[in-house]
Amino acid sequence: MKLVTSALESIADIQWFPIIGLIIFFSFFVILIIHVSRLGRKQEDEYSRLPLDEDDEQEYDYQNETKNLDHDNSNR
Amino acid sequence: MELQRFAYDNRLSRMFLNATMFWGFVGMLVGLTIALELVFPLMSSGIPWLSFGRLRPLHTNAVVFAFVGNGMFTGIYYSTPRLLKTPMYSQTLGKIHFWGWQLIIAAAVFTLPLGFTVGKEYAELEWPIDIAIAIVWIIFGINLIMTMVKRRVKHIYVAIWFYIATFVTVAVLHIVNSINIPVSLFKSYPVYAGIQDALVQWWYGHNAVAFFLTTPYLGLMYYFVPKAANRPIYSYKLSIIHFWALIFLYIWAGPHHLLYSALPDWAQALGVAFSIMLIGPSWGGMLNGLLTLRGAWDKVRESPVLKMFVVGITAYGMATFEGPLLSLKSVNAISHFTDWTIAHVHIGALGWNGMITFGMLYWLLPRLFNTRLYSKKLANTHFWLATSGMLFFAIPLYFAAFTQSLMWKEFTEAGYLRYPNFIETVVQILPMYYLRALGGALYLTGVILLIYNLVMTARSGSFVRFEEDEAPALRTGKISGEKGHRIIESKPVLFTILALIAISIGGLVEFVPMFMVKSNVPTIAAVQPYTPLELHGRDIYVREGCYLCHSQMVRPFRSEVERYGDYSKAGEVVYDHPFQFGSKRTGPDLARAGVQSGPMYKPASWHYNHFLSPQKMVAQSIMPPYPWLIKNDLDISTTNRKIKAMQYLGVPYPEGFADKANAHLQQQAYEIAQNLRDNGIQIEDTKEVIALIAYIHRLGRDIHGGEKVHFSER
Repeated sequence: MKLVTSALESIADIQWFPIIGLIIFFSFFVILIIHVSRLGRKQEDEYSRLPLDEDDEQEYDYQNETKNLDHDNSNR
Repeated sequence: MELQRFAYDNRLSRMFLNATMFWGFVGMLVGLTIALELVFPLMSSGIPWLSFGRLRPLHTNAVVFAFVGNGMFTGIYYSTPRLLKTPMYSQTLGKIHFWGWQLIIAAAVFTLPLGFTVGKEYAELEWPIDIAIAIVWIIFGINLIMTMVKRRVKHIYVAIWFYIATFVTVAVLHIVNSINIPVSLFKSYPVYAGIQDALVQWWYGHNAVAFFLTTPYLGLMYYFVPKAANRPIYSYKLSIIHFWALIFLYIWAGPHHLLYSALPDWAQALGVAFSIMLIGPSWGGMLNGLLTLRGAWDKVRESPVLKMFVVGITAYGMATFEGPLLSLKSVNAISHFTDWTIAHVHIGALGWNGMITFGMLYWLLPRLFNTRLYSKKLANTHFWLATSGMLFFAIPLYFAAFTQSLMWKEFTEAGYLRYPNFIETVVQILPMYYLRALGGALYLTGVILLIYNLVMTARSGSFVRFEEDEAPALRTGKISGEKGHRIIESKPVLFTILALIAISIGGLVEFVPMFMVKSNVPTIAAVQPYTPLELHGRDIYVREGCYLCHSQMVRPFRSEVERYGDYSKAGEVVYDHPFQFGSKRTGPDLARAGVQSGPMYKPASWHYNHFLSPQKMVAQSIMPPYPWLIKNDLDISTTNRKIKAMQYLGVPYPEGFADKANAHLQQQAYEIAQNLRDNGIQIEDTKEVIALIAYIHRLGRDIHGGEKVHFSER
């Protein structure tokens, strides 16, 4: 850090720049982690299923790389 | 609540999908061509637009912006409406985006081989095309954000955050790095010079990798991997944390491309520190992708789509492990300027971007045409061709890199370089270059299979233009109990602004001191501006893409100082718009090519003969011949404007010099041509090669007691 500040000392109040940056950076992540840890399981489950709509609950035919068109919704 | 009915329009996805296949083939074909040119240097047979230096920018631009670009838009236009339960905001904007983007690529296909280039890697396109890119990109962004505004779901899924970060950051990167002063329709000079230009360029270059090749593809991963595996993403919490960490950290890492260069140490240290931290969010993404397949590994055996996703995500993990490793100064001392860099980027491009694109296309096209994949067997064959092609490409280059770098650094017991001739180290690794071309050929064959398979699939079905869906309208207003990140997640405009702030902090902290603090660029009194002839020569150097094979940055190592001359200093390049440090040494460094007492100096007649036939001067050379430099007359009609542009950028030519510049130029050209004529070479003063020789003979001369340049009448 001394190396950095010695190169920058000619800018007024420059010594606070990295500190402010660090504080923003650090506090953002602390708040983020707290919020994420408090995210309810139900909510998380709901969000993570957003790409999967009802269609996808059908039987998926990996052999032919396509939804099993013959069975349609009969499996569910 | 009442359900609203609406339909997704699949046309944009189909258009971008076709473009992805087409440009993928073109970009990789050009790649294979230049790989072959490295082993068969006479292949370009003296045709300017076929030479390595001009095709290499076309290869990188085509693969990055055309293949991966169109691939990303295919997925974005397919997944965004479905995740937000609404059609795209505007089909018209989407079409303008599509055709605008294809026109930009077509412009690149013509201008780059013709030698119209700014001379900064992955930002080579000239200013009119740069402006078009900015406009088309913003049209894409408006369409994306407005689609989010009129969505029917409260929560915006993580894939779309990655798309927004992509839009915002690429816009900022592109605009900041492309601020150039035009001299003519197809020639401009960057406003930044020397190490400042280098810092801006690699801030751009590194984050083009981050925000053009990585974040949009992570978005695609978060949509298509759950789709193909039919199970939700492993950890949504992890996706939130790794998203913010990734965009926060990536933006700082650019200076790791300039380790041991003349860039101030503090900036280098900053780049290294953030690069090492990056392994966290990168691997967070990789693990989240791979663990989504937990309990579904049996399906991976069956499905070529999942196989490709697994190899793609694994390649991402490997490349993002390798990245921080290469950022360590001790590793970088060996890896930089060698083929390691080439291998590294191809693990990313062939593995991560290629495989994710192929998997997505194999999954998507049968759905767009309501049919089954024409041949799963062909898809599996493609998978093996692509995987083995990638390995045949990268592994030989790792060997080549280690071998060559160690040869560069080896000393004899008496204290001399063991391999003082650069060419010895090239000959040693040529077999690896053959293998690399084989790897590229395998990979391209796979792409041909993909195109055939997908065309046949499309023919067996019929295009589904509209897909109907239904969803309740979005409830507006704040839902009680919601706070923090959940509010951000549901507010697209606020989210966009926050993402912009996150990526701006890194850029600003790097740039502000670099531009404001004088001590960062110590001036050297002996360093003078280029003469008009040298400036023209430098423009030819840029036009021919010399910087793609020759660096101009002697690092402070004994082996390099011994081989090339004194190490490079920041103060030497203060008039270099653009900087020409280079990032790869296929040939030797040229930063000291003008130092008469140094090991790199060659007389004008040597350069003349070398451009005519490199193999005549260095039997085993892999440099292509440049006969057109000897045939073409130098265009001196732009001299006046070039000098004025340089003066505008702060280069201290005397007042009114622009008008006298051509007289100065002709005098210097006469002296060089006369020198050649004295050595028995018949040449007129007006040829391009004279300017290029003048430039090469200027390199490094100022700080080694070279004759002072007089800009007044002589």
